Formats: sequence, structure tokens, C-alpha cells
Amino acid sequence: MTSLRSILQAFVLLIGMASAAMAGPYEDALPKFAADSYADTEAAVSGVAGSGHPLALNVVEALRDGRLLVAAGRVYLRDVSGRLIDAATGGAVEPAAGLKPVRVNNRVRRAIEAALGGMTLLSPDAGARLEAARAVFRSRDAAALPVLEKAIAQESAVAVRDALEGARAAILLSRPDASSSERLAAIETLHIRGDQDALALLTTLPPGAPSDIAEAASKAADGIRTRLALWNAVQNVWYGLSLGSVLLLAAIGLAITFGTMGVINMAHGEMVMIGAYTTFLVQELIRTHAPGLFGASLFIALPLAFLVAGAIGILIERTVIRFLYGRPLETLLATWGLSLILQQGVRTIFGPTNREVGTPGWMSGALDVAGLSLTYNRITIVVFAFLVFSALLGVLRYTSLGLYVRAVTQNRRMAGSMGIRTSRIDALAFGLGSGVAGIAGVALSQIDNVSPNLGQGYIIDSFMVVVFGGVGNLWGTLVGAMTLGIANKLLEPYAGAVLGKILLLVAIILFIQRRPRGLFALKGRAVEA
Amino acid sequence: MTNQPLLDRQSIVVLALLAAVAILVPALNILAAPGSVLHVSDHLVPLFGKYICFALLALSVDLIWGFCGILSLGHGAFFALGGYAMGMYLMRQIGPRGVYSDPVLPDFMVFLNWKELPWFWHGFDWLPLAALMVLLVPGALAFIFGWFAFRSRVTGVYLSIITQAMTFALMLAFFRNDMGFGGNNGLTDFKDILGFPLQAASTRIGLFVLSVAALAGGYLLCRWVVSSKFGKVLVAVRDAESRTRFLGYRVEHYKLAVFTLSAMLAGVAGALYVPQVGIINPSEFAPANSIEVVIWVAVGGRGTLAGAILGALVVNAGKTWFTGVLPEFWLFALGGLFVFVTLLMPRGILGAAKDIWERSGRRLRPARVPEATAQAAE
Repeated sequence: MTSLRSILQAFVLLIGMASAAMAGPYEDALPKFAADSYADTEAAVSGVAGSGHPLALNVVEALRDGRLLVAAGRVYLRDVSGRLIDAATGGAVEPAAGLKPVRVNNRVRRAIEAALGGMTLLSPDAGARLEAARAVFRSRDAAALPVLEKAIAQESAVAVRDALEGARAAILLSRPDASSSERLAAIETLHIRGDQDALALLTTLPPGAPSDIAEAASKAADGIRTRLALWNAVQNVWYGLSLGSVLLLAAIGLAITFGTMGVINMAHGEMVMIGAYTTFLVQELIRTHAPGLFGASLFIALPLAFLVAGAIGILIERTVIRFLYGRPLETLLATWGLSLILQQGVRTIFGPTNREVGTPGWMSGALDVAGLSLTYNRITIVVFAFLVFSALLGVLRYTSLGLYVRAVTQNRRMAGSMGIRTSRIDALAFGLGSGVAGIAGVALSQIDNVSPNLGQGYIIDSFMVVVFGGVGNLWGTLVGAMTLGIANKLLEPYAGAVLGKILLLVAIILFIQRRPRGLFALKGRAVEA
Repeated sequence: MTNQPLLDRQSIVVLALLAAVAILVPALNILAAPGSVLHVSDHLVPLFGKYICFALLALSVDLIWGFCGILSLGHGAFFALGGYAMGMYLMRQIGPRGVYSDPVLPDFMVFLNWKELPWFWHGFDWLPLAALMVLLVPGALAFIFGWFAFRSRVTGVYLSIITQAMTFALMLAFFRNDMGFGGNNGLTDFKDILGFPLQAASTRIGLFVLSVAALAGGYLLCRWVVSSKFGKVLVAVRDAESRTRFLGYRVEHYKLAVFTLSAMLAGVAGALYVPQVGIINPSEFAPANSIEVVIWVAVGGRGTLAGAILGALVVNAGKTWFTGVLPEFWLFALGGLFVFVTLLMPRGILGAAKDIWERSGRRLRPARVPEATAQAAE
């Protein structure tokens, strides 16, 4: 083994010798390190960096890390393992007397950064090239221009090529001696790039730029601003959609129970919480008994949460709500009492603190689409909310249970006269609504703290959605949830999160005055309800 | 139907009991020797005063829920607004004795680096104006809110929900520092009222007696309202709103008037509450608080006025006892109370007591008032 390594070393040495034999820019620049002047060191850095010598990268890195040493006019570098190497030849040498590190100041450090950026532009690793291109874009060091041109010529990856061209444009734009056509082309490139950095470059043109260039730059900057504003709006709409989906999940079960029974179930939020705790329990069991199933934990939790919350819902309906028909206000109070009991029950069993619910691997990370960053868990929740919505719509539209529920919603007494057992439908509808709340809890456990107060945070928002959307029509809930979600997120940048929410609440209160039965009210001939 | 007398037997009993409380509590605090069973210790006086304020709040809810069928789940907001108006007066009274010793600006404004008093704080160093605001601010909010809500015939659970939204929005607003009401921390560190130090036992007794007097006055006012012709129309609205409208009454005017009056009563309760507990902060606006008030009324007996007072006292005494002895069971007890009362005791303690009284045959009364229901008519 030792012999093999020594052969390799000899080989490397040989190459080093070979290049050293041909005196070039590298050899010219090297001695300047020994001059002990910052200006010379800076010149040496750019000389070495531009040389293309195989040791150039090592030398500059050594300088950055304080490992570049000089003694008696010769330059050495200490490599990571502590060996001393002659920078001119690349051969290992014995430590000489009077070794001193080459000193650097901020100016030199900047030159080093730019030089390193320039040199890694040619790295075989595409990621490193991209990183280097971004570094050059930021530093706008004209010295990197030749390397940049070379890199662009041989670049094959499109993303890296774009970054490289952006960097070249940044340099050319800020260079007074670039030709007018070059600078116009640079402005065009930056315009296409169109991000915040490009905008900053275009608006901080060096003084004394010709008027045509200044004009082109300001035009391009305007274009970018418009586009950025547009993307910003798109981003906000996406956040709104995501918030709307959360509201939809929380409110859709409420819409069913409110629709059929005219009862606001104040314990609805607690059904959501129970769903979240079911997820927590499922994950705990999986962690201890079958860690391999963790990725599927949410899929296992979904039906369980539906069953648990649904069963509790039916129990509540049979033991409490059943006796309060025709007295919606009393039902509201009784379910509020139940919500207190459920909350305290969960607090007693699981403790008042937040419980840890993990996110499966397939839900973490983010998808980058044209400057937007969409996290996978948000995407999952949006998709999931729409799936739940469609499934419920299907149940109500195509099953006999759905038919009965719609009949009872529209006219309870008539439905009863037609032979529908309305009290049974009430129980089932209540179970269905609660079960859906449980499912919502599984989803919300991924984005919210699982604590006994989980449900309370959603209850007023859910009310708002249902009241705004109107009763007895799931489409109303969908439109209500999405409108509120998007309006909230669009208001936020202007009014702030809290004020935006207040404005929205006031708007809903005023809206109810205009349409006391919500957006999609059931049409009927009722004198009062 | 003949008008009921303003003072029936029940009212006389209530007023006599209140007078007894107003005399006994201070007497037992001052005269009974510390350590004796009868002694009411100094920290109990403001606690009882707090209960009395809650009773006044419950009374205001009973006036609209029990007699007009308006279930407001946002009365805590009016209570808190009255409290804030009083808190602003007490804040201005601190003067240069604050931590930052600014002669005009309250501490939190100095802390936020404000240079001058916001316009809505001017004049609050004068008690009559503050007292006027205690009535006007909740009254104006209730008037505007009610004018919109009743005119467009928002009723039942819809009205309950938007009152929740109202108090929730106010809570969020008062949590903001920019609102100029102390944000999160609210208003506190009060020193004195009309020159009397708030920590002194005598001031506390004075506030207690004042609260009992306010409760008695509020009770008389509510009695007067419900025993008048106006009160009869309110009951008609409660039991059959459309029918009342068809008979030619402007239902929304009646509702608006009684809603505004009730909000003012709640504001007075809040104003008396603040100096006795020494703090007012945005959590008083919490939607859950307003719902709790409704259960006090339901426990005591809806639509009886005396029941609201009784319920507020019983539930709050229970709360103090429970949170001291079995803190984790208080929510079970409160939740259970909600379910129990609505299911099994829909007419509350007073209603149940009356039933027992009648069943024992000692007294025969004409048929009782029909149960208030917001029955959905298909």
C-alpha cells in the first residue's frame, strides 16, 4: 500500500514539475505573495486564479484559510493533513525556517471570494458551478469575466448556463468600459431573469451611464417589478388557497350538521382535535411496534379518526342533542358544555402540552415552481381537502343516505311524512359530520400543534365559513372557505395579519346583514326560521 | 292583560336580600373580630364585589335573552368596553406616579415611545366623562350592531354567531398595541379613584356597596321594563316574532331599544368590575367568557331576572371553590352544568323551585308563562 501511494505521489509531483517547467502567469504571480503588501497579494490572487494552473485552487484556498506561508521569498502551502508543499512545484518539502502566513485584509478576502467563484465555475460538479455562478453574480468581479466566458461556452446544463449568463450580464452592466450593445444585451438577460437581485442591479446602475442604457434599464426594471408583483399575488393566492382548504376541512362537517339540524355544534372543533389525537396515538403505536409503517401512518389514521370521531358524534346526538330538537339555542349551549368536557378530558388523559405528530417523509420538502416554493404538506392538504369535498358531495348526491339527508335539510316534516326516519337521519348525519371533522383533524395535525385547544382555534372560523357560505349546500361551504382564505391572505400584506382578520370579521358581519342566510341560501317559503 | 305591579313579592325579596348583603358584608368585615367564623376578610370583599358585577352582567343578558329571545354570545364585549372606559379614567389618575413618571402619558404609551395622548384619551381624567363613556360606548356599539342586525332580521343562531364574531374581532383589535389601549397587558397598576386609594379596605367596601346599589338599580330598571307594556311586546317578540310584526309592531325597534339598554347595563357592570379586580385586558373579550355568562342565566332561571342574579352568584362561587380545591375538574363541572341545565332543568333553579312549590300544593297559580322557543316554522 505504501509503495502504491508513493508512486501516486511521484506521479502528481511529476505533473506539477511539468507544468512548473513552463514558466507562465502562475509562476509570475506567485512571488507577489511574498512581497508582504496587500496590493501585491491581491494582484497575486487574480494572477493565480486566472492562470488555470492545477495548483491555483489549492493556493487560493490555502490563502483563505491562512495556510499559505512564505519564507525567504518562496511560497509554501500547508495542506489539510499538515504537510508542507512548495507552491511552485507541488512537491512536499521539509519545513523551512522563518515560515510566515500571508496576511489578508477585507479587500484581499473579497478578491479571494471572487477568485474562488471564478475557479469553481469550471468544476465538474454542476451544483458547485451553479453555486459559483451565483457567487459571481453577487460579487460582480470583472476578473471572473474570462473564466465566465469559457464556462458559458462549455456549459451544457440549462439552469447553470442561465445562472452563468446572468452573472456575465451583472458584470457587464456594472462595467463602464463594456460596449453599449453588450450592456443592452446584459439588461435584456437580467430582464428575462426577472428576480429581486436582477431588479436591484438594474436600479443601481453605476453613475455616468449613457442615457439609452439608463432608459433600457429602467424599462426592464419596471417590467420586472410588474412580474414580481404578479408572482407575489400568485403566491398569496396560493397561501389563501391553502388556508381556505384548512377552513374547508374544519367547516365542512359543521355544514352538514348545521344543514340538517339547524344546530351549531360547538363541540365540532373538539371532533377535529380528537382526530388529531387519534393520529398521535396511531403514530405512537407504529413507532413502538412497526416503525416501518411510519410512512403509511396517516393512511391508517384516516379511517380510524373517522370512526372514533363519528362514534363520539353519534353518542352525543343520541344522549344529548336528540332531546333538544326545536331549541337550537339550547343545543348550542349544551354542545358548548360538551366541548368543555371533551377538552378537559383530553387534557387529563394526554396532558396540557403539545403532542408530537410526525410528518411522513413523502410530505416533507418543497416543490419549486417558477419562483414559488410550494411545500408538499400544503399541497397534500389542498388536494386532500378537495378529495374530502368531492367524496362528501358524492355521498350526498348518489347514496340513499345522501338523498334522505337532503330531504330532511330541505323540509323536515315533509321528509318525515314520506317515511324517512328523520331522527335516524339526524344521528347518521351528525356522525358523518363528526367523522369528517375527525378526518380534518388528521390533516390539521400536520400543520398545527396537537393540543387540547386545537379545536377552539378553528371553531369561530368554521362558523364564519358556514354562515357566509349558506346552509344546506356544500358548494356554499367551498366558496365560503376559499373566499375567506384568499381574502385573508390578500389582505395580510396590506393590513397585517391581525387587522386583516378583523376587517374580514367585520365584512362578514356586514355581509350577513345583506344576506342573512348566506351566499347559497336554500330557497323556500318559510316565514321565519 | 293587566300590567304587573312594578314590585311583586319576588322583587321585594330580591331587593331586601340585596340590602341585607350591602349592610352585612361591610359590617362583618369591620365589626366581626378577625378569626371569628363570621368575619369577612379583606380579600373577600372585592371578590364578592366581583360576583355582584357578574350578577349585573347576567341581569343584562337575561333582559334580552329571557324576555326578547335574543341570545347574545357577545355581551362580554360590552362588559369589557365599559371596563376599558373606567380603566382609562383610572389610568389617567395615576399621573406622575407611574414607572416612567410621565405626568400625562400612561406607562405603556411611554414604553411605546408615544409623544402625546391619542385623541380618544382626552378628557378621561374627568370622572363624569368617563362615566358617560361607560354608558355611551357599549350603547353606541350595540345600537349600530343591532340596527344592522335587527333591520335585516338576523335571528336565532345566526345572530348568536355574529355576536361571537363581534367580540372575537374586538378581542383581536384590543390585543394590538397600535389601538392605544395597552395591547396584551391591558390597563393595570391603578392607584386611586376620586382620590381614594384602591388598596384601602374602606375604598373596597365603598365600591362593594356601590356595586350592590347598581345591581339593585339595574334590577329595578329591568323590572320596570318587563312589567311595562313595552315588556309585554318584548315577550310577544320572543314567543312569536312574525305574528307580532303582523300585528303592526315594529319588532326591530323594540329589539334595538332593549339590546342597547342591555349593553349599557353590561357596560356599568364592567366599569364597577375593573377597580375591584385592578386590571382590564383583552382576554375579557374572549368569546368563551360571553358564553359562560349565558350559562349563569340558564342555571338561575331564564326570564326571571332574579334567577340571573342567583345563577351568576352560584356559578361563580362554585368556580372559586372548584378552582381552589379541584382545579382540573372545574371545566368538567362547568361543561356538565351546561348539559345538565339545558337537558334537565330548562327553567333553571328558580323554575325548578317554583315547580316544587306548586306541586306541593301549597299554592295554586294560573298556567305558567309558555316556554320560549325559537321554533322553526317550515
